[in-house]
Order: sequence, then structure tokens, then C-alpha cells
Amino acid sequence: MKNILAKSNRFLELPLDLGPRGLLLVAVLLLVPSYLFPLWTLTMFAPQYGDGLRMQIYSWRLDGGNGGQDIKEINVLNHYIGMRDLTTADFTEFKWIPFVVGILALLMLRTAVLGKMSHLLDNVVLYLYFGAFSLWSFAFKLWSYGHNLASTAAVKVDPFMPPMFGYKKLANFEVYSYPGVGSYALGLVAVVLVLAMALAVRGGRRLSASAAGSS
Amino acid sequence: MRQASGKWKATAAIASIFAAALVAWQCAPSAPKGAKKGPANASDQSVAAMKTYVAPGDLDEFYMFASGGHSGQVYVYGIPSMRHLSTIPVYTPYPATGYGFDDESKAMLGNLTWGDAHHPALSETNGDYDGRWLFINDMNGRIARIDLRDFKTKQIFGPVPNVSGNHSGSYVTPNTEYAMMGSRFSIPIPKGKVLPLDKYATEWKGVLAAIKIDPKTGTMSLAWQILMPPFDYDLGDAGKKVSDGWMFWTCYNAERATGKLEVTASQRDRDYIAAVDWRAAQKAIDEGKGDLIGGVKVLDPKKVPGIVWLMPCGKSPHGVDVSPDGKYIVGSGKLQGVTTVFNFEKIQTAIRNKDLTGDEDGIPVLKYESIKDAEVAVGLGPLHTQFGPDGYAYTSLFVDSAIAKWKLGTWEVVDKIPMSYSIGHLAAAEGDTCTPKGKYLVGLNKLSHGRHLSVGPGQPESSQLVDISEEKMKLLYDAFTEPEPHYAQIVLAKTLHPIEVYPKEENKNPLAIWDLKDAGVTRAGTNVTVKVVLVRSTITPQAIEVNQGDTVKIALTNIEQTTDELHGFGLLDYNINIVCDPGETKVVTFKADKPGVFPYYCTNFCSALHQEMQGYLIVKGKS
Repeated sequence: MKNILAKSNRFLELPLDLGPRGLLLVAVLLLVPSYLFPLWTLTMFAPQYGDGLRMQIYSWRLDGGNGGQDIKEINVLNHYIGMRDLTTADFTEFKWIPFVVGILALLMLRTAVLGKMSHLLDNVVLYLYFGAFSLWSFAFKLWSYGHNLASTAAVKVDPFMPPMFGYKKLANFEVYSYPGVGSYALGLVAVVLVLAMALAVRGGRRLSASAAGSS
Repeated sequence: MRQASGKWKATAAIASIFAAALVAWQCAPSAPKGAKKGPANASDQSVAAMKTYVAPGDLDEFYMFASGGHSGQVYVYGIPSMRHLSTIPVYTPYPATGYGFDDESKAMLGNLTWGDAHHPALSETNGDYDGRWLFINDMNGRIARIDLRDFKTKQIFGPVPNVSGNHSGSYVTPNTEYAMMGSRFSIPIPKGKVLPLDKYATEWKGVLAAIKIDPKTGTMSLAWQILMPPFDYDLGDAGKKVSDGWMFWTCYNAERATGKLEVTASQRDRDYIAAVDWRAAQKAIDEGKGDLIGGVKVLDPKKVPGIVWLMPCGKSPHGVDVSPDGKYIVGSGKLQGVTTVFNFEKIQTAIRNKDLTGDEDGIPVLKYESIKDAEVAVGLGPLHTQFGPDGYAYTSLFVDSAIAKWKLGTWEVVDKIPMSYSIGHLAAAEGDTCTPKGKYLVGLNKLSHGRHLSVGPGQPESSQLVDISEEKMKLLYDAFTEPEPHYAQIVLAKTLHPIEVYPKEENKNPLAIWDLKDAGVTRAGTNVTVKVVLVRSTITPQAIEVNQGDTVKIALTNIEQTTDELHGFGLLDYNINIVCDPGETKVVTFKADKPGVFPYYCTNFCSALHQEMQGYLIVKGKS
């Protein structure tokens, strides 16, 4: 047991090579698109809306196609089924996501500078937790919009889960929901972090092997 | 034998009587020569069908803006489909769009609820349509401006003093400096003055007028007027390119006759085309010349020479049309079989050389032989001429009920096509500009004589689409247009750039509101102002309470910014119906003189819950 702990401690204290440190910088750069590009895009078509109604969800705001007009239109339509208005103010995510992404970037830079295995592990775990929580939060948001329908609505519909990924037919609308450039970049961050971890582990093994050889 | 021969003779006599009867029977055919027997060639029909077929969802290549005559409206058609796309109300209230019911359009119409709109004129830059505005005349001495950004009437100018029966408008100059107008019915001026009819020839007056167009806003104002002899000024066209700076107006009744004009005004072989140097007229006005008549400055050519000349033109000329290069002025005498082509250079030479044959009230008359280039034998009753891109001219023939195609320069008539029936104006694609587009021409016929499902004795007018892309003209399509198309103009669709909603930020109406919270009633004494929001599917407020005798001002804002989400506001028993386009605010003011409860509701179907978009005006009676 002591042995394992000692081994673990040694492992966590391992310094990071140039490779993992470089990858951490790449990961930080890949966080930037999440401020510039939508995380998620929703597109809705109906016979009356041949050009489609579009909604883009950024990490910090909602945007609609047609100069923002599409959001207003979606809200006008949703009010008939008693759905709450989609507004930027309604998303607490828009406040904490940009903040958290910034914190994560700083932590990754810290690891790149200090270059310690334990910090990298922190980065990976925190980042995966952030990703999972954000996805859950988004899914819960969609679920809430589709389930908290006013009981006085003119048109009664069964509570529903809007599509999160892919296509769903809702009344007269074809709804398509896909991640945006921002989310794909965030996904890449996870890949890069795992890669950095793998590289670091391999580098660590090499180091301990050479240390064992020299002793 | 003799008996037999007698019998033979009798038989021969009977046979010859039958033969003669047969000949007589054949003398009167059942249809005129050249009349089509049976259906047209099937392949011709399918070619015509393909040329006019605009598939569902596809767009036409051209707009046609057709005057609505005494309906007072402008009708918009797509070419080549000939589909009626829209009606633009101009001189007549039109509940379909609420025009003439809200304060602004009611004020624009004034006390008149009808107009007779004949000649649309698209604004031009360098002699080509620029897609900004459409001007159209009204017989009641007015010209209106339609903004082609939103297809709405923005200004009705007039009635202009002194001008009486504005048929000879609203022709624009090549850079839309002016829209022109004139008197078809000469009267004693100023209006209000009464003189006996026997003074007609000497003391009644015709007036030609120029309406200045602000180059930025399109706003119209009076520029100048010219005092003219009491002829009937009928149609006009502005010179272009070499003849830019000149305006040409036809007139009939150079006889200065009164009474039964169809006889008395048709005695002379030639009447006139008035040629006006409009820059000289503007200069004279700028120099302070002219006499004040009816509150406006009027130039008398006797006192201010060098502005107007008269060009003799046979007989009772109707249309005058300037060729795309500006070199030829085509005057169509409706009571003869030729159309007369004048040469602008020759006109200028004759003016310089004082090559005259007399004068009319001091206005010099140019020598016909010196200014005429050709009399083209187009056919009977020529009225109007339009042009193609390839040097061909197309002249409508009312009496012949046909269109003649002829070549400028050689004056050769190369083709004719019958029209059904009695064609008035014709409109070729951009056919009165410096660069006609060819392809299509529409004959705007006065009679349809049952070429349609019967709709009773009041028959619609017919407009026929003609293919002019080849040497022979081909009839493509019959359409039955709203009454009554006179002139129309056809413009390439891509020249226009209309908006689809009124952007919120452009709405400067002080009573406009965009938030449901701001809707409601405010009262100042007996003046009640109601700010109303129209948005799917509620009219807010849902109830308006006023007292009998209140003056109620209702400001309606459609806060939608979605295309085609129009909302109406129909107020029952109060003769009010407003329609607001997305982003538009309209105001209606009325006296709540009837007590009771009056439903108001959205008249323009908007949504699945359109029926629920309603409320009540409660007018509490005096007790």
C-alpha cells in the first residue's frame, strides 16, 4: 500500500515535457472560439417559414437569424403553446460559462508554466466535469422550456423535449439542433487534454524507466 | 321534242336560280378575312405557354405598373405571367390596405374620393428607370408620388391652380427634374372665373405646368406654368439625349371649338405638338418673369418669347413619343392612317431660321414640311408608340385594332398583329427609355368583347402580352386587367429594391409604442388618445372606454418585424378600417358621437388565433 502511494506521489510530481506543455497552449487557444462562435444552433422550418428560423446560442448570449428577428418570431410562436420567452436574461449559463472557461484557461496556462503532472490531471478532471455539467445544464434548459408550459396556453401540447442533437418534428416545424463551431472547439480541447495526458504518462514512464536503469 | 326542250329550259332556269342563290349565299362569309378558324397551331400554343409560364414560387422578370384609370389606383402586374401582384391605392380609398381611412391618407386625398389616373411615370436617371418613384397624374389637376421602396403613395400634389383636366401628365424628364402636366379642358383662369362659352376662342386658356421633383426626397412643388391657347392638351413626352431639355405635348381642338367637339374639333387636317424648351422656361421664372394668376407665376409666351413653338401634326394627334436616341418625335394623329415622325435637328434648324407659317396667340408655328421626316403608313387610328432595343417602333392602332411594327429611319412597316380589341396604349419593356429592353409588349385594350367567362354587361378590359423578341410579333397571353388601364410602364424587376417590413428604428411617429406596457388610454378634457399595440394575436388594450362626444385619436402600431404579418383594425359602425404593415404606425381620429359598445377586430388575417384578436370600444352615453 505504501508502495502504491509512493509510486502515485512520484507520478504526480513528474515534470511535464515540452510536448504536453505545447498541447496545453493549443488547448488554451482552442478555448477562444467559444467566445466568438455559437455553441449551439437551432434551425426550424415550416411551410410558412421556407427560409427557416434560426437561433444561435453563444456562450454569453442568444442570437437570431435575420438580424435577431428570428428569436422574436420563435417567441411569438411559442407563446401560443405557453412556452416562456427565450431571452438572454433567462440563461444563467451566459454568466458563468464565459467566467469558468476563463478560469480553465488560466489553470491550463499555469500547468504549462509549472509543468507538473498533478496540475495536468486537475485540468483534465475539471475540464471533463465542466463539459459534462454544461451539457447537462443545456439539456435541462431545453427540457424546462419544453415542460414548463403555461396552463392557460391557447394551444395545449404535451410537454416535450426539444431536440439536442439532430432532427425532430414538432407540430408543423422541422427542428434541427446541432453543436456550433464553439462547441466543436471545446470538444477538441478535451481531446487535446487527453492527448497531453497520454503524452505526459508516456514521458513519465520513460523517465522512471531511465531512472530505474541508472540506479 | 319541243315539249322536252321546254322542260329542259325550265330545269335549266331553276338550276340557274339555285346556282345564283348559291353564289349569293357565298358572298357573305361568317367571319372576317384572316379570322382564325379553329384552335391555333398546337406547337405555337405550347411555345406561348412556356414563354408566359412562371412556375409556382418563381418570380417574374418584369414589373408592370398599370394605371387604374377612373378607379384611381395603380395595379402592379408581373410580366410575363401577367399575374396581378398588388394594388396601390392612390386617389381612391381602399379598405383592403386601410388607405383613405387613417388621418394621413385621408388628409392626402383631401375632399376628393376619386381620381382618374392615366399615365404612370417611373423616375429616371439619364433617361433610364432608376426604380425610386412612380408618378401618376389625376384628371383633377393632381400628380401623386408612389415610393417604390414600400409601394405606398407618399404625396398627392394639387389640385394645381389653373390646370384643368390634367390628362397630359405626369411625364418625367430624363433625370426626374420635373413631372409635367397640362390642361385637357381649357377654362377661364384662374379657377372660379366665369366667362361665356362664346369667348372660348379668345379668353379661355389652356395651361402647361412643370412640377419640380426634389432629387433626394422626391417631394413635389410647382416650378412654372405656361399660358396657352384654348386647345386640348392631350399627351406628352420629354426629350432625351440630343433632345434633352425639351418637352413635347400634343393637342387637339386647334379649331378652338366648343359644342359638339367630336365634329367641331375635327375640322382641321392638322393640330399641334407644343415643343417647350423647359430650361428656358425655368430661367424665365428664375428671372422673375411671369404674371401672377391663381396665386402662381404663369409665363405668357407672347410676353416671354423663346419658350414654346408649335409643330403642326395631323390629325387630332393623341400620343407623342420620343425615340430612344432622342432624335425623332413621333406624333400619332388618331383620325388618319399615318403616324408623323419629326426630326429634332430639323426642329432646331427651323427655330433658328424662323422657318414659320404663322402663330397662335403669339406662339410661332413651325413649317410642317421643314421639320417632318416621314409619314409612316402604320394603319388607321394610330395612338401611341413604344420602342424596342433594335431600332423598331411599335404603334397602337385603335381603329384597326392592331399593333404596327416599323423601322426608324427606313419608315418601313414590317409587321402587324391584331389586338382584341381596340387597343389604346401599349407598353414595351422599358419602351420609353433610352435603353428599351424588348422581349415583351403589352397591348392595353379598351374592349374585350367576351373573350372571357361572362361577367355580365360590365366587361373587363383586356391586356394582351405580345412577344417582340423575333421579327414577327406573336400573341402570348390574354389577361383581364382591373379598370381601366391607360398607360403602363414595364421595368426590369431587379431595378427595384423594396423593403419587406418597416424597420422599427425608422418609425418616427411620436405615438408609436413597442411595448405592451405602454398601451392604453390618456385623456385631456374631451380629447382621448389611445395607444394601441397590434401583435399576434391580441389588440392591446382589449377595451377602450370613452364618453360620448369625445374626440378619440387611436394610434395603432404593428410591432411585428416579420414579413407579411399585417394587422387590421376594423371598428364596426364607425366606418373605420385601418391596416398596419409590420413596423408601421397609423393614426385615426374620430368623434365618438354614437353611444354603445362597438367591437373592433383584426381585419387582416394574421394567425391561428386571428379570430380572437378583438376588443371593444365602449362609448358611454351622456345621461
